[in-house]
Amino acid sequence: MRDDTKFASGKIAIFQYIMVGIFVFLISGFWNLQVQNSEGYMEAAERNRIKSIPIIAPRGKILDRDGRVIVDNHSTFKLILSRENLKPAHLRTIADGLNLNYDELVQRLHRFRSRPAYEPIIIKEELTQSDLAFVESHRDPETFPEMELIRGQNRLYPREGFAAHMIGYVGEISESELDMPQFIKYEPGSLVGKQGVEREYNDSLMGVDGQRQEIVDNRGKIRQILGLKEAIPGKNLQLTIDLDVQAVAELAMENRRGAVVALDPRSGEVLAMVSHPAYDPNRFAGGISSANWKELLDNPDKPLLDRTIQAQLAPGSTFKPIVALAALESGKIDENFTVHCSGGASFYGSYRKCWWKPGHGTVNLHQAILHSCDVYFYTVADKLGIDTIAKYAQMAGLGEKTGIDLPHEAEGTVPSTAWKMRLFRQKWFAGETISVGIGQGALTVTPVQLARAIGGIATGGVWQRPHLVKEANLEAGKRGDVNLENVMRVINGMYGVVNEWGTGASAQIPGLDVCGKTGTAQLASNAVLKNTALGHTMTDNSWFVGFAPRQNPEIVVVALWEAGEHGNLSAPIVRDVIKAYFDKRLRTSPQEMLAQLPQFVFASTGMRAAPKATPEPVVLQIPVSKPPADQVESPQ
Amino acid sequence: MNSYRSFRDLDWPLLLITLAICSLGVLQIYSATHDTIWRDAWWKQVIWIGGGVFLLWIVTYIDYHTLLSRVYVLYGLSLVTLLAVIMFGTKVFGGRRWIPIGGGFKLQVSEFVKIVIILLVARFMTELKKEELDWPDLVKIGALVGVPMLLVKIQPDLGTALTYLAVLAVGVVLAGLRWKYFAVIAAAIAITVPIALRLHVLDDYQMGRLTTFMDPAKDPRGKGYQVIQSKIAVGAGGLWGRGVTRGTQTQLQFLPVPHTDFIFSAFSEEHGFVGVVVVLGLYFLLLMQIVQNAQMAPDRAGIYVCMGVCAILLFHVLVNVGMVVGWMPVTGIPLPLMSAGGSNILSVFLMLGLVNNVRLRRFVN
Repeated sequence: MRDDTKFASGKIAIFQYIMVGIFVFLISGFWNLQVQNSEGYMEAAERNRIKSIPIIAPRGKILDRDGRVIVDNHSTFKLILSRENLKPAHLRTIADGLNLNYDELVQRLHRFRSRPAYEPIIIKEELTQSDLAFVESHRDPETFPEMELIRGQNRLYPREGFAAHMIGYVGEISESELDMPQFIKYEPGSLVGKQGVEREYNDSLMGVDGQRQEIVDNRGKIRQILGLKEAIPGKNLQLTIDLDVQAVAELAMENRRGAVVALDPRSGEVLAMVSHPAYDPNRFAGGISSANWKELLDNPDKPLLDRTIQAQLAPGSTFKPIVALAALESGKIDENFTVHCSGGASFYGSYRKCWWKPGHGTVNLHQAILHSCDVYFYTVADKLGIDTIAKYAQMAGLGEKTGIDLPHEAEGTVPSTAWKMRLFRQKWFAGETISVGIGQGALTVTPVQLARAIGGIATGGVWQRPHLVKEANLEAGKRGDVNLENVMRVINGMYGVVNEWGTGASAQIPGLDVCGKTGTAQLASNAVLKNTALGHTMTDNSWFVGFAPRQNPEIVVVALWEAGEHGNLSAPIVRDVIKAYFDKRLRTSPQEMLAQLPQFVFASTGMRAAPKATPEPVVLQIPVSKPPADQVESPQ
Repeated sequence: MNSYRSFRDLDWPLLLITLAICSLGVLQIYSATHDTIWRDAWWKQVIWIGGGVFLLWIVTYIDYHTLLSRVYVLYGLSLVTLLAVIMFGTKVFGGRRWIPIGGGFKLQVSEFVKIVIILLVARFMTELKKEELDWPDLVKIGALVGVPMLLVKIQPDLGTALTYLAVLAVGVVLAGLRWKYFAVIAAAIAITVPIALRLHVLDDYQMGRLTTFMDPAKDPRGKGYQVIQSKIAVGAGGLWGRGVTRGTQTQLQFLPVPHTDFIFSAFSEEHGFVGVVVVLGLYFLLLMQIVQNAQMAPDRAGIYVCMGVCAILLFHVLVNVGMVVGWMPVTGIPLPLMSAGGSNILSVFLMLGLVNNVRLRRFVN
C-alpha cells in the first residue's frame, strides 16, 4: 500500500467546496419555501385541514289561513364539489354517476370560476337512492376526494300544480337576479324564490345558512370542530288562502285553461287563486333540467303564465256593471232609462248586433244587466263617452296594478282619449266607445283586477288591495265617491242575473243570494278569426264574476275559462267556490251558524221564506249545473 | 490494547454532533407519531441509537486494515445475503428489502452492504499501481460495485443502489481519472440513460416518481401528492416553525411517513427556517469533521474510507432534503441519523465507527 497521504489533498479541498455548494443549494430551497413564500403555503396548510361545510337553513313553511301546511320541506342529500380537490378528469364519471349532463356541469363550474376555490358548489340538490349509492362507493380521499355530501331541506310542493302559480317555486339565483336590488344580499348558488309568494316573500321565507368548520386529517376524518354557526331557519308564511276553497276552485276548473280568483272584498284577502294549466313546482325544487324547462316554455297553453294576474283579456259583459254604475253616477241615465233592443242597432254608420238575435224588446237598466243586453249598453256607452267610462273603470282599479303581493302583475288597459293619443298619436273615434261599452275593444283586465273591481262595487264602493298575506295590507281601502243607491241598483241587477233567470242562473245556491255577471269576450273580431289557423285559441273566452251574499258580501269570485265560449259556462265554477266558502264557514261553528242564519236570511232580498224552525242541513243542495234550456243559447 | 488508542483520542466533536442530530430526530419522531399507530417509534429509535453507539465503539477496536484485508470475504457474504433477501426477504410496501432478525426487528441488508462497498473501493484504489485509473481498472471496479447495485435495484430500492455509485464516484475521482476517460464516461451516461429509460429498465413506480418529480401538479392526489404536501409543510413552517406537535401537516397526516423519509419535512414545519439552518449546519459540521479525519488519515486507505463515508452521507442528505423541498425525486432513502429505522441508524454508526477507527490510527505509520 502506498502511503503518500497528500496525493489527493487538492481534490478533497474541491470536495469541501462542492459540499458548501450543496448545503447552500439546500438552504436556498428552504429560504424560498419558508421565508419568501411562507404565506401561500400557510394558507394551503389551512385549506388542507379546515373544511367548511355549509349548513343549509330550511325555508319557512307556507301555511294557509287556518295554519294548514301548503308548502313543506323534506330532508335530502345534496352533493357538493370541493374545487380544491377537483380533478377535471373525474367530472365525466361524476356526471354519469349522478345522471347529470356533462356539458351543463362543466358550464356550471365555469360560472363559479371567479369565486374562491374553497367555496364548495352544490352540483345536485336532490340525490336519489342510486346517486347516494354512487357517491358512497366513490367518495374516498384516494379516489374522488372532491365529492362531499351535505344534508339539506328541499321544497315539497303540493302535487299536480295545485296553487302552483300563486306559490311559485325556488331555484338557483340567476346572474341577472344577482344584479337586482331585491336579491343584492344573496350570493351565487343561493336558492331563492323565483315566482309567486316564494319570490315576493323570499327574504322572510329564506333563512340564513350556517357553516361548520372542521379540522380534518388526510383521510377526511373529522378531528375537531373549529366553529359552528347554526343555520337560522326561515320564517313560516301564513297566507290568507283557504285550502278548502282553493281545493274546490282547483277541482272546479278541471283541466280547463283559465283562472279563478276568490277574494274577501271587505279586506282584499285572497281566498283562492287558480291558474290552469299549471306546472309541477316540484320539478323546479331539485333544479329543473333544461329539457323540461324548454318543454314548459314551448307549450302553446303557456303553463308558466299566471293567468290570475298576467292574463290581460277583454272582460266582455262582466264590464257592464261598471258601465251601469258610471252611467248612474254621472247622471246620464236613471234606473228607468229604457232602450228598445231589436237584436241590434246602428251607431256611427255601422250596425252592431246584440248577442240575442231576436232582441230583448224594451229594457230598463235592471233588465239590461239581467239579460246582458248589448244594445242597451251600446246606447249608454255612447251617451257616456269614453272618458267617463275610463274614469269609473279606473275608480274600480282597472288599468293599473292591483298591488297584490305577487311579482310580475300585469296592468291591463283602460282606453281613453288621452291613452290613445299617448300610445297611437291618434284621436279617439266615438265609434270605438260602443265596443268598450260591452267590455270589448281595447279594454283588457286581469282576473284579479276584475275580482277587485266587482268586489268594490259589492261592498258599496270600497276597493281593497288584494293580498295573500294578512300583514301585507295595512293601508285602508280606496273609497270611491259613489252614491250607495246607485250601487244597490247595479247589485240588484247582478242579483237578478243569478236569481231572476238572468244569464247566470247556474250560479244559484239555494239559501244564499249570489250575485253575478256573465261575460263572453271575443279575442278578435269574428271575421278575422276565420282566417287564422289558431282556431281554438281564438274561441271566445268565458267569464263569470260572482259574490255573495248580496249585502255585506264576504266573497267575490272571478272565473275565467279561456275558449270557454259562453259566460254562463263559467258560472258553476264560481258557484262551487262560493258554496265551498259558505259550507265551511257555517260548518266550522254550528253555534255561530245558528246565530247567523236568521240574520243571513234577513240580509237577503226578502224574497226567500222566513227561516224554518230547524236550520237547513249544513251541506247545502247544489242545483244541477245545467242552466234552464232557454238560457243556454249564448249569453254574454 | 495499545496506548495510542485511548478513549480521549476519539473524535468527540463528531460524536457530539452525531448525538445532537439523533436527539433532534428522536424529538421529531415523537412529535410526528405521538398520536398514531407508530407512537412507540421514538423509544425504539433510542434503542437503535444506543445499539449504534455500541457498534461504533466495537468498530474502533478492529483495525480497519484488518477489515480491508478481509474485504473480499465480506463482499462475497454481502452478495449471498442480498440474494437471500431477494428470495426470502420480508415484503413491506411492495419491496423485498428486509430480513427478520427476531423479536419483530428486521434489518435492511443493503444498508450494511454500503460499508462493504466503502471498504471494497478503498482496498481496490489503494492497490492500484498507477497514478491514474485505466480502462481495465474501471471495468473491474465498476463490475464489483455494479453487481450488488443490481441486486439492490431489483429489490427494488433504486435510492440505496445509487448510494453505492456515490462511493464509487468519489473513489474514482480521488484515485485519479484522465479527463479523456471522464469525458467518455459522461458521454456514455448521457447516451445510455435515455435509452435505459426507454427500455423500461426502471420499474413503473420508479418511472412514475421520476415523471412526477418533473411535474408534481399533474397528479396532485397520486404520486405528486407527497411532494406537494411536503412543500406545503415546509412552507407553512415559516421562519420560526409552528412548534413541536403543532404542525398541522404533520399531525393530521397530510405528510406521508413523517417519521421516516419525510422526517425533515415534519421538522421544517414544526421548527421553521431557523431549525432547518441549525440542523443542516450540524450535518455540514459532521461532514466537515469526517473530511478532516480523511485529511489526517495515516494512509490512502484511511482517506478512501473516510471519503467513502462522507460521500454516502452527503448523498443521503442531498437526496432526502432535496426531495423535501421538491428539488429531488422521491426515491425513498432516509435522512441519516434522523429518520426512524434501525438499519440506517446502525449502518451510519458503523460508518462513523470506521471514521473514528481511521482517526485513532493517525499517529501510526
